[in-house]
Amino acid sequence: MDSIYKSLAEIVGEGYVSNQPEELFIYSYDLGTTEPHRPDYAVAPRTTEEVQEIVKLANKEKIPIAPLGGGLSLAGLAVPLRGGIALDLKRMDSIIEVNERARYVVVECGVSQGQLSSYLEKHHPNLRHSEPGAPPQATIAGNIAIHGQGDLAQPYGFNSDMVNGLEVVLPTGEVCKFGSCSISPNWFTLHPLPDLGLFLGWSGTTGIITKLSLKLYPSKKIKGVEQFVVEDEELVPEIVYKITHTEMADDIVAFSQAIPPMTSGLHHINILMTADSEKELEFKTGLFWDDILREYIRNGDGGFLNLSSAMKAGLTRRPQVSKASDWKKGGGFEYVGAIMPVETYPECYRRGVEISLRHDIPYTVLGRIIGRSHAMMFSWTYAFNRADPESIRQAREALHESDDLALELGGTIWKPGIYGQKLVMERMDPNTLKLMKKVKELLDPNGIMNPGNWEVS
Amino acid sequence: MFELGFDERKCSACQTGDCLTRCQYMDIDKDTAKAEMRKIINGEDSFVLHDCVTCYACEEYCKMGNHPFYLIVERQEELNIPPLPKPLIKRGVQMGIPFRGEPTIEEVKEPTLSLGVFPQLGYLTQGKLFEDVSFISTDPRKMFHFFCQLMYLHYARTSVIKERLPGIIETIAKHNAKEVIFLHDECYGTFASYAPAVGIEVPFKPVHLFEYLYNRLKELKDDIKPLNLKVAYQRPCSSRLSSDKYHFVDDIFNLIGVDSEREYVGENALCCAGTIVGQRKEGRRQLAADVQRRNIEDMINAGAEVCVFNCPACFDTLAELVAQRGMRPIYMSDLCRLAIGEKPAGWR
Repeated sequence: MDSIYKSLAEIVGEGYVSNQPEELFIYSYDLGTTEPHRPDYAVAPRTTEEVQEIVKLANKEKIPIAPLGGGLSLAGLAVPLRGGIALDLKRMDSIIEVNERARYVVVECGVSQGQLSSYLEKHHPNLRHSEPGAPPQATIAGNIAIHGQGDLAQPYGFNSDMVNGLEVVLPTGEVCKFGSCSISPNWFTLHPLPDLGLFLGWSGTTGIITKLSLKLYPSKKIKGVEQFVVEDEELVPEIVYKITHTEMADDIVAFSQAIPPMTSGLHHINILMTADSEKELEFKTGLFWDDILREYIRNGDGGFLNLSSAMKAGLTRRPQVSKASDWKKGGGFEYVGAIMPVETYPECYRRGVEISLRHDIPYTVLGRIIGRSHAMMFSWTYAFNRADPESIRQAREALHESDDLALELGGTIWKPGIYGQKLVMERMDPNTLKLMKKVKELLDPNGIMNPGNWEVS
Repeated sequence: MFELGFDERKCSACQTGDCLTRCQYMDIDKDTAKAEMRKIINGEDSFVLHDCVTCYACEEYCKMGNHPFYLIVERQEELNIPPLPKPLIKRGVQMGIPFRGEPTIEEVKEPTLSLGVFPQLGYLTQGKLFEDVSFISTDPRKMFHFFCQLMYLHYARTSVIKERLPGIIETIAKHNAKEVIFLHDECYGTFASYAPAVGIEVPFKPVHLFEYLYNRLKELKDDIKPLNLKVAYQRPCSSRLSSDKYHFVDDIFNLIGVDSEREYVGENALCCAGTIVGQRKEGRRQLAADVQRRNIEDMINAGAEVCVFNCPACFDTLAELVAQRGMRPIYMSDLCRLAIGEKPAGWR
């Protein structure tokens, strides 16, 4: 028997390791356009200790590890580019603690967005977390590891800004804790200890997050949504600025898409609100309709849609499901998400339409506001037919052009794939790049952690 | 291009100015009404063009057989006085563009019923009342091929209606039905009122749903058990285009044993306000809320246990509001099903 397989089986048990082609096939693919790469083993540990043992084994045998949560990044971040071990963390799915008064939750790394949402709804209805617009099986740890954003991004920023503490298995097998949990049993704050933020945004190349504490926020009883529509994309940044000034919205998303035709060439700004009473909701709604955006309505430049109850229910449902995946039939889609200044929305939109037209893909663009107009996550989404290699090629080209565009317009690429990582590193301050290299070499001397990602030459 | 057949002489001969004096949303006396209509006929600006909530009611109030509402909407478009913000108009106009392939034309037997742009409401056409009916427009992907377009009266875009309507009529006519029942008042109004008014030929006979329901209920008379309910009927704007068929509401209610007396009924009905809320004119959100409040208070004061709808837009706008006030929202066809002992889905 393969000695590495045997060692892995001894660590996690026979039932949680595989070297069978049909199972490895599953771990070789991402849902996006990344070329598949088959791992040699797939392993699903249950404990931090098991993760440690696997990492130590990988160091000894000099084999790569590609950690994954839901495996849903779409950018190929969990595809094992150099083979080795696909480390599936979904079994580590305990919700360890919810502190109602200090509003935080401590979870293992395999806890999913859907799991946490339903747990809070059932046991702590006054609390919620910032849920990204991802399928419910996406994990909390995977999302913060890529600096994800959720439906509380507008008031509270990136989901990774909501981290109170981390437990990480380093690439050499040691376990480290960061935040108040490193000096006490309490996981209530990350600050004000020395900053060792080495694990977020690194695509799993500096360690494996095994536990984390996440801030929770008040969950109000009533959800409300309004949809403001404009034709002139130049108006979007100033409207967003005015909406964020009220500090009354939970989530602000502007989008435009070619399909269905009614949305084409128009910009829909979704304003999601929550309230504890109808009176509170009416106050917030009235502020947007009758005060902040009144001039646009009177001038005829913008207007609120009369949303039915069913439409409102659809727009406030968590998570939102993208229908863009089927525009080309065959169920494929991938997007470039970029963190951009809100003022670039008009140019992002126009250039995105051009890219889509060039590649014969119906355009789909969206900007989710992060902070009080501090930034937006702007996505250019490209549908493709999984059964058609030419369609995949076209989408891949469009994605690369969008990566180029994000940087050209002064933004940064969110969760970049290999192509985007190279672009970012080409432009990065040389000293920062050197520091990245030093950090990686220091933490991962054998280069086993998700190799192929953030490789500084 | 098709031209609105508006007879200026009838308007000159009118002694009442009912079209505007009876408007529930503008306070206009007879002399002002006549003066403003004259301006509108002449293609001049009038405050009416700015203040109109597009409730369609003046089409019914005009006893001269003219078309004041269609004229108002044409002038709004000509003079660029859109009632809604421009992006909402663009969105609405684009909404009607079919984008999921051509419709399948299948042979139908009469009676034939068109679901128009609401195939998702096919569940309203179940049971004995519809057991021998053939259907047109049952595929939501193709529904815009059967979209009557009259909604664009709210958008001041009669040009869009005139451009698209002949194609819609041709698609429906391909089914070779001599008579077509329409689920929605708006479709019926399109083919029975608007198309003739602008000179578009309709090669089939439109049948109002309520006329069909009434006649079918009579056939099933032995099955009817009086419901003994107090109901409030929410009359849709497009019902104003078929006022000659409005008596079927009362006829049906009498047949199935429900009482529908209230203030805002018949010609005095209030708009659901779904279209008012997003209009450009200052204060329209508050006006819409006030109209809805008065409407629902009136239903409650009349002791209504049930609010009856025929228009999906009215239903979407008011169903939850009436439910919050303890009334049960129901479509007319489902109410009729109740009367013959059938139980519509969700009815308790």
